[in-house]
Amino acid sequence: MKILCTAKRVPDPEIKLRVAGDGSGYVKDGVKWVVNPFDEIAVEESLRLKEKHGGEVVVVSIGPADAAQQVRQCLAMGADRGVLVKADGEVDSDAAARAIVKIIQEEKPDLVIMGKQAVDYDSSQAAAIAAELLGWGQAAYASKVVVADDGKSVRVTREVDGGLETVDVVLPGIVTADLRLNEPRYASLPSIMKAKKKPLKETTFAELGVDAAPKVKSLKIAEPPARKAGQLVPDVPTLVKKLHDEAKVI
Amino acid sequence: MSKNVLVVIELKGGAVRKTSLPAVTFAKQAAQKLGGQVHALVCGDNVSAAAEEMKKYGVAVVWAANSPALKNYLPDAFAKATLKAAEAAGAGVICASATAQGRDYLPRVAASLGAGMASDIIGVEDIGGKMAFKRPMFAGNLHQWVEVTTEKKVVSVRPTDFEGAAAGAPSGEVKSLDVGIDAGALKTKFVEFAEVKSERPELTDARIVISGGRGTKGPEGYKETVEVLADALGAAVGATRAIVDAGWVPNDWQVGQTGKVVAPELYIGLGLSGAIQHIAGMAGSKVIVAVNKDPDAPIFKIADYGLVADLFKVVPELIAEIKKVQ
Ligand SMILES: Cc1cc2nc3c(=O)[nH]c(=O)nc-3n(C[C@H](O)[C@H](O)[C@H](O)COP(=O)(O)OP(=O)(O)OC[C@H]3O[C@@H](n4cnc5c(N)ncnc54)[C@H](O)[C@@H]3O)c2cc1C
Ligand SMILES: Nc1ncnc2c1ncn2[C@@H]1O[C@H](COP(=O)(O)O)[C@@H](O)[C@H]1O
Repeated sequence: MKILCTAKRVPDPEIKLRVAGDGSGYVKDGVKWVVNPFDEIAVEESLRLKEKHGGEVVVVSIGPADAAQQVRQCLAMGADRGVLVKADGEVDSDAAARAIVKIIQEEKPDLVIMGKQAVDYDSSQAAAIAAELLGWGQAAYASKVVVADDGKSVRVTREVDGGLETVDVVLPGIVTADLRLNEPRYASLPSIMKAKKKPLKETTFAELGVDAAPKVKSLKIAEPPARKAGQLVPDVPTLVKKLHDEAKVI
Repeated sequence: MSKNVLVVIELKGGAVRKTSLPAVTFAKQAAQKLGGQVHALVCGDNVSAAAEEMKKYGVAVVWAANSPALKNYLPDAFAKATLKAAEAAGAGVICASATAQGRDYLPRVAASLGAGMASDIIGVEDIGGKMAFKRPMFAGNLHQWVEVTTEKKVVSVRPTDFEGAAAGAPSGEVKSLDVGIDAGALKTKFVEFAEVKSERPELTDARIVISGGRGTKGPEGYKETVEVLADALGAAVGATRAIVDAGWVPNDWQVGQTGKVVAPELYIGLGLSGAIQHIAGMAGSKVIVAVNKDPDAPIFKIADYGLVADLFKVVPELIAEIKKVQ
């Protein structure tokens, strides 16, 4: 089974981002970059399916030349090959999806596993856009993926409002990883060394023949207004009194 | 042309889900700016009652898409139905609430139209004559204003940030929409839905939410504190990712960047640290109370009322004190 997964380079979710002086974006200097957490889960799931069913795992990223580091990290986890679409500046989910579609058409994987959302812009669009452009089925927010015995579909459990939904997606198809799908492995030192020799192909939007122009343009970025500082209360009776008399919520 | 706004309504048990009504409010605001009308779409295999119900919300047309292919939610089918309705309605803006469903199929609609999509918007502003959609990014650490540059625009609306449209006297007309979807040709097939049944109010529209974190010590501790307090107050229950991952509570209860976004009148967090990803899902609450034994827990930075104490001691006392004032 050939599996293609995607990995976006994003700022470490644990850090605090600062707004750039002119409000056009966030400050990128000195930021610690990581593989988008949902994409790490997507890579892990791809590796587990390969371990079970055999095949190949190709990881694709779109980003600055430095994003090669994040692709290498996925290769160190165990992916076989990498493709990096080099792009300077912001690439919106739509442009990323169209580049991913182009690579899918070249690579012809049986299954594509992406992240539920990239935690930088939190758009959660790319997988569904790619599925629509390819005319494929999709199952987003997966917490379990099982390949059917005949290899023609995957059965996916999805985390949705009100419970868990199960669907079958005809292959080739797209699945997106939610937090509880698996726990990504750490790359061992030997596998980090080995990853340095694995093939990583670099390309560009121009080479792929994909227009990188964004359909969603960022006009401004700002810090949200801070909540006004609250107060510590000494004990439960005071708390209840304040909730009753002051806040009037109970 | 294309001045109208289409809002897709989510149904549950054949009735309109309350969480769709904030998107109707956004649709009305957008239609007013564009000088157009609001059209609504209901999808299912028996939507006549829901279509009638939608007439109460002041939309010009309710499109009723009845088809066996729409019996259960499937992204490709709902995207196709939405495209048909958008065409019939002459819609330039297509929206729905940013629920698990809305987030799932709207990007397909955008892709098919070649349109851009703004996800999870929390407001609409005018920036230099452009319709700027305000949205949270990076777990709400930052706010972003975006312009959708294509002529047609797709928008998912964060239900906590727009008032739900109010019901009034029925108006407008119901029109039936032939979606012509061949269920057999769909590439995603519904198997089953395991519903988490609960007698408590829904997390996303409860007046009070009680949430617990790792400080509740385990599924038993969570029950004895969070659930007992919630039942005393008629509240919904929520949780942090840490304890959902640990399997203490159902995934459907997770509040945060990657869980539910809630904005109740009162949010009480018990034994949760207040990680940025958790705060992303509850910072819009009117009043926030935090109980944590660590005075340096980040949750105290955003709590209106903080109590540094052992939650297991606090909860019984809290219930007793609340009984006195109720
Ligand atoms: C990509 C990504 C997405 C995420 N999405 C979400 C999300 O949607 N929602 C979410 O919640 N998290 C999310 N997280 C996880 C988040 O970063 C935190 O790990 C998580 O919220 C912590 O849960 P917690 O507060 O229960 O645990 P902890 O951080 O361990 O906090 C437990 C708290 O309980 C207190 N405590 C212990 N015992 C007691 C006692 N007896 N009485 C009172 N207080 C006590 C402690 O002082 C501590 O502050 C996400 C993380 C990532 C990387
Ligand atoms: N620039 C990118 N490079 C690689 N994968 C991406 C990129 N943008 C989006 N994706 C994939 O699409 C998913 C959803 O992204 P988004 O729609 O931008 O939130 C991510 O989790 C990734 O798997």
